Parts: sequence; C-alpha cells; structure tokens
Amino acid sequence: MGVALAIGSAGASCPSYAAEDGSKIEVIHWFTSKSEAAGIKALADAVAKRGVTWVDTAIAGGDAAKAAAINRTQAGDPPGALQLNTGKELDDIYANGLIRNVDDVAAEGHWKDVLPSALYNAIVRDGHVVAIPINNYAQNRLFYSKAVLAEAGITEPPKTWDEMFSALDKLKTKGFIPLALGAQPWQERVLFNAVLVGVAGKELFAKIWHDNDPDAIKSDEFRKSVEIFGRLRGYVDPASANREWNQTTLLLAQKKAGFQFMGDWAKGELVAAGQRPGVDFGGVFGPDQPIFIFGGDVFVLPVSNNETLKKAQDVFAGAVFEKEAQTKASLEWGSIPARTDVDLSNFDAIAGDGVESMRDPTRNSPDPNVLATSDNVSSLSDLIAEYWATSSMDVQTFVDRWSETAELARQ
Amino acid sequence: MLDRAITRTTPYIAMLPAYAAAFVGYLGSIGWMIYISFTASKSLPKYELVGTYQYERLFQTTRWLISLENMFLIAVGVIALTLALGTLLAIALDQHVSGESVFRTIFLYPYAMSLVVTGIAWQWLLNPQHGLAAILEGIGLDFFDSNILNRPDLALWAIVIACVWQGAGLTVVIILSALRSVDNDLWRIAKVEGIPAWRMYVSVVLPMLRPAFYTASFLMLLGVVSLYELVLALTGGGPGISTEVPTKFIMDYLFQRGNIGLAAAACVTLLAIIAVCGLVFLMLRNRVALNRGLDRSAS
Repeated sequence: MGVALAIGSAGASCPSYAAEDGSKIEVIHWFTSKSEAAGIKALADAVAKRGVTWVDTAIAGGDAAKAAAINRTQAGDPPGALQLNTGKELDDIYANGLIRNVDDVAAEGHWKDVLPSALYNAIVRDGHVVAIPINNYAQNRLFYSKAVLAEAGITEPPKTWDEMFSALDKLKTKGFIPLALGAQPWQERVLFNAVLVGVAGKELFAKIWHDNDPDAIKSDEFRKSVEIFGRLRGYVDPASANREWNQTTLLLAQKKAGFQFMGDWAKGELVAAGQRPGVDFGGVFGPDQPIFIFGGDVFVLPVSNNETLKKAQDVFAGAVFEKEAQTKASLEWGSIPARTDVDLSNFDAIAGDGVESMRDPTRNSPDPNVLATSDNVSSLSDLIAEYWATSSMDVQTFVDRWSETAELARQ
Repeated sequence: MLDRAITRTTPYIAMLPAYAAAFVGYLGSIGWMIYISFTASKSLPKYELVGTYQYERLFQTTRWLISLENMFLIAVGVIALTLALGTLLAIALDQHVSGESVFRTIFLYPYAMSLVVTGIAWQWLLNPQHGLAAILEGIGLDFFDSNILNRPDLALWAIVIACVWQGAGLTVVIILSALRSVDNDLWRIAKVEGIPAWRMYVSVVLPMLRPAFYTASFLMLLGVVSLYELVLALTGGGPGISTEVPTKFIMDYLFQRGNIGLAAAACVTLLAIIAVCGLVFLMLRNRVALNRGLDRSAS
C-alpha cells in the first residue's frame, strides 16, 4: 500500500501514529460467513488507508479462533491482533501479561467520551484500556413477525408480560407457534435474561449476575422472572429440541411462529430470508422494562518487542475504531458500532433504537459474560437449561440451586 | 563384532521416535494434565498447587455426576443391545444365505458414517413433525410417540439407538468371523446326534464365542467413553442437561468455559475409570484364554 495514499486520505483527522513503510499486521478473527467477511473488509480497508497491510487469518468458530490465537501468543509467536468477546475473558489474558494497553490511542481518540460508559468500563483493567471494541449486539431482542401477529389480531408488540401472555395465547389458539425457541442452553439463557432484565431491571440484573448477591437472588422480582420463564415452556413447539438459532429464526420468516427472543444477529438471518426490518418484522426490548443487554466483539493486541509491529498496532487500533469503518462494518454485521457518536440516518429502525439505547445509561446493561466469568455464567446456564427441561422443578428449588452456585462463585 | 553390535542396536534406534512419542506425547501429557488438575488454572495454566479443590468441586457439580451416570447407562444399553442384535444378525448370515457379502456390507455401512452425520440423521428421523412419527401417524399408526428428544427421561435412548445403529455392523463382523472359526466337525456331530441348531448355538457355539464378545464389548466401551460428536449433533446434551456426557463436559470447560483446572480433574477421573475397565476386561479375557489352555492340556 502506497504511503502517498495513507497520507492523502488521513487528511484533517491525521493520526499522530504513523506506520513504517511496508508494515503489516496479522489479525486472527472468526468473521467467516459472507456478511461477516464483508464487515471485516470495511475494517481492513480503513487499516490499509493508513498504510498498514492487514494480513487476514480467519478461523471458523469463536472457540477455535480464540484457542489458536491464545496458544500462539503463549508460545511466543503472537499475531498482531486477535478477536475476543467483550467481557471477562479479557481478565486472565491481561493478568498473565499477554496483551498490551492502548491508552495513548484511546486518549487521543477520546474513547471515554464516544463509548457508552458501561462499555468503556468493560474494556478497562487497572486503569488501562486493554481492548478495542468494534461493535455491539443486543442480546435480548424480541423479534416478531408482523404478518403472524396481525393474523392473530395483535396490533402492536406487547409492553408488559400480561399483554405478552395474552398475545401468546391468541397465537396458540390460531395454531401458530407462539414462541420460537431452539432448546439449546445458550438460547434458553438468552430467553431467561430477556425476562429477567425486563422484570427485575438493570440494577438487580447486575446484582444477580455480577455480585452474586444473595438478597437479590431471593428477591420477589427474581422469583417472578423465574416463574414467567417457566410459564413460557407451554408456548414452544415440540420440535424445539437442540434446534439451531437460525433455523428457529426462519420460523418467523416462514410465518409459522410469532415471537423469538434472540440477539441482533437474527436480524441478518431474517433479512437474508427476504424479510424487511420494520415492514415484515419488528424488534423491540421488553416486555416490561425495555433494556438493551449489550455484548460484542473486541480486538486485543498481544505484547510485542518489535517496534515496527508496535507502531502498526497503534495504527490498527485507531483505524478499526474510526466512525466510518465501524458504521460500514456494522451495516454488514447487523450490529451497531461500539461508539455511539454515529449518524443514525445510516441505520434501520431496529439498529437506530439500539444506538439510542446505548447512548442512555439507564437503558442498557452489560451481558452476563461481561459481568461474570464464563465459568460462572455457564454453570448457571446449566441450571437454567435443567429448569427449562424439567417442568416438575419448582421456583424454590431453582432459587436455592442458583444461590448455591452463586455462593461457590463468591468464594 | 561391530556389525553385530549395529544389528543389535538398529531396532532400538529405529524405535526411538516411537518411544519419544510415547513418553513425551502420551505419558508427558498425562503427567502434565494430572499436575494441572491440582492447580487453580482458569483459562490459562497456572502452576501453584491448590490440593484437591478441583476434584471436590467436580463431584459437587450436578452436570458431571449426570454425565458419568449417563456414560454408564449408555455403555450398558449399547453393549447389551448391540451384542444381542449383532449375534442374531451374525447367526442369520452364518446360514450361508445367498448374497451374504451384500448384507455384510449393508450392516457395516453405518460404521463408516461420521458420528456427526449419524447424529443429524437421527435427529431428523426423531423429529416429531417431519420424522418417523409423522410418517407413522400419516398411515394411521399413532401409538409411537417419537418425541423422545424433548423428554429428559427418554432422550438418552435416542443416543443409545443411534449408537447401536452405528456400531452393530462391526459386532456382526467380529461375531461372524468367530462363528466361522468354529470347527465344522462339531456341526456334523450335531447332525448325527440330531441336536437342533438353536440348541447347538445356545449350549455349544455361543459359549465358545466369549472372547469375541469381550473384544466387541471392549471396543464398544471405548466408543462410548469417547462419545462426543454424536451427542453434540443429536441432543446437544439436552433437554436441559439430561444427556450430557463426560467428554462434552471436558471439552466445554477446556474451550468455552475457561476452566482448565476443572477440565483436567475431569480428564484424570475419566482416565482412571477407563484404566479400571480396561484392566477388568483384560483379566476376563486372560481367564478365558487360561481356561482354554487348561482345557487343551487336559485333553
């Protein structure tokens, strides 16, 4: 990539971090599907414009990509940058001294001002900015098929759980699948969290997931959420066992099902199936309190002694955080940019609502994976799955076992 | 002199890579894993020892206990059903039916199938809306409730059925080859004495096949212990955690849940169980061999 190009395009917002001639950066990530790769290209173009060549190492599957990247980093052959999810998985890697901070780039780019405060806190360790957030997905969107709802005589998406249950009953009488769910533990957790954050609100949600607070777990709001979650068992179809989320989403596109609680990535699936956001389907938060549970992707930079690479990493950090690059990438991914100072006219109503929720601290909450270790989250996830599958398990047993697991996590 | 020394040492030199692989690759890894199981390693290994904490936690984890129980249930179910089915099919083939090799190939085909494919195929077959049940219901037979994948108390059977379907062919071949090694004179004697064939099988031939049964059982046991892809594709461990298996527990804690210490403790426990099972089978087999040896020397 020509140096002239880099200087020419940098223009007024010229970053003080200049790349050396011919420098490159290897990036390990798991954006492998067609739309994912298109999003990554938008970021790679931004990096190239600043004179650094992006060497792409895409590995299918988040777990595989993380394992490969971390193994290489530990073995002393780190890539220039690697993808992780926003959340606690940063802790171990940072504590072991495997990744460097991007304090200078973050200070210059005013990351603290352009990122939602909860997200900014999620990437800071010991006062250092240690990750570069690139996007956010709502993890708890209530998607609905407008045609199916209309046929059942439901004019607008329910705002409370009482309205929700009456809508579900209407759908059931009409012979639709009221609630589309693939009975896999993580999908059940998506549903559970959507119920919990709506009923209990963001403070209690954080107390339960982050603090493992015994009183919060015994609160009436928590019990009510568990009860509602249990009642929902009666509204899924018999073929839900171990069904993938995207097949489940297609039930909405095929006008077989009314509602699905899923992350924003389902929007991409619906659009790919020829559904238009806001016309054929909608996506809202709630019922009860409308709160955006956010989670997303970040890049981290392994520690390196190579000065050329260090400079390239700085350039990379600035480039993938650019407003235009993040906007373009998110339009491909169906996510919203990590930074919220973006032009809303680029986005559809669902994404626009997402950005506005992220701008307002009272309307968003971090995902459990940001609040707690994956070990803790997944142990509770096992319990949620067991409860969902066992209709004979009562609320008290569930609360007791949650308390036990939480106590283990507090130690 | 030198020539002979070279001749004598050459095999050892040739074996060096294999020894190195065995000691470093296998024993070294096992040793490292045992060590890690006594540390508090999270997503990255840590080397400070914390005693038996991981084992205590492991045996307080509902999911691990269910996984172990499931492994034993699957093993018993698969071995019993496969041996029964495999023996019947092998005896049927042993009647020198025409087109035997065709049947043998058909029986053995599922074994060549990837476990993931098997899992997905059975998931479709058991789908209550498009699968077997729907077909049966369509022709008026609605007694069969195939929705076992949604039932925590029955879903394990789906895994057993898929395993039997997959593994029966191999058992057929093992038992058939053992049947063929039975001395033909025995059959002639039976004919002369007028002993019915079923009686010959039950009282004479099948007892002689015991080593083949042990071999087939042990192979199946190994298959069940390492069962992973099939469960992942068929039930994903669900509904709830009702069909979880130990290997899936280990993989999840290693790669998704960032707890290498707990995963290592689970590995070591599993290793111990396999070692004990292996020892038992070895003893059983040796006893048979020993008895035979005695029989022969006595006659």
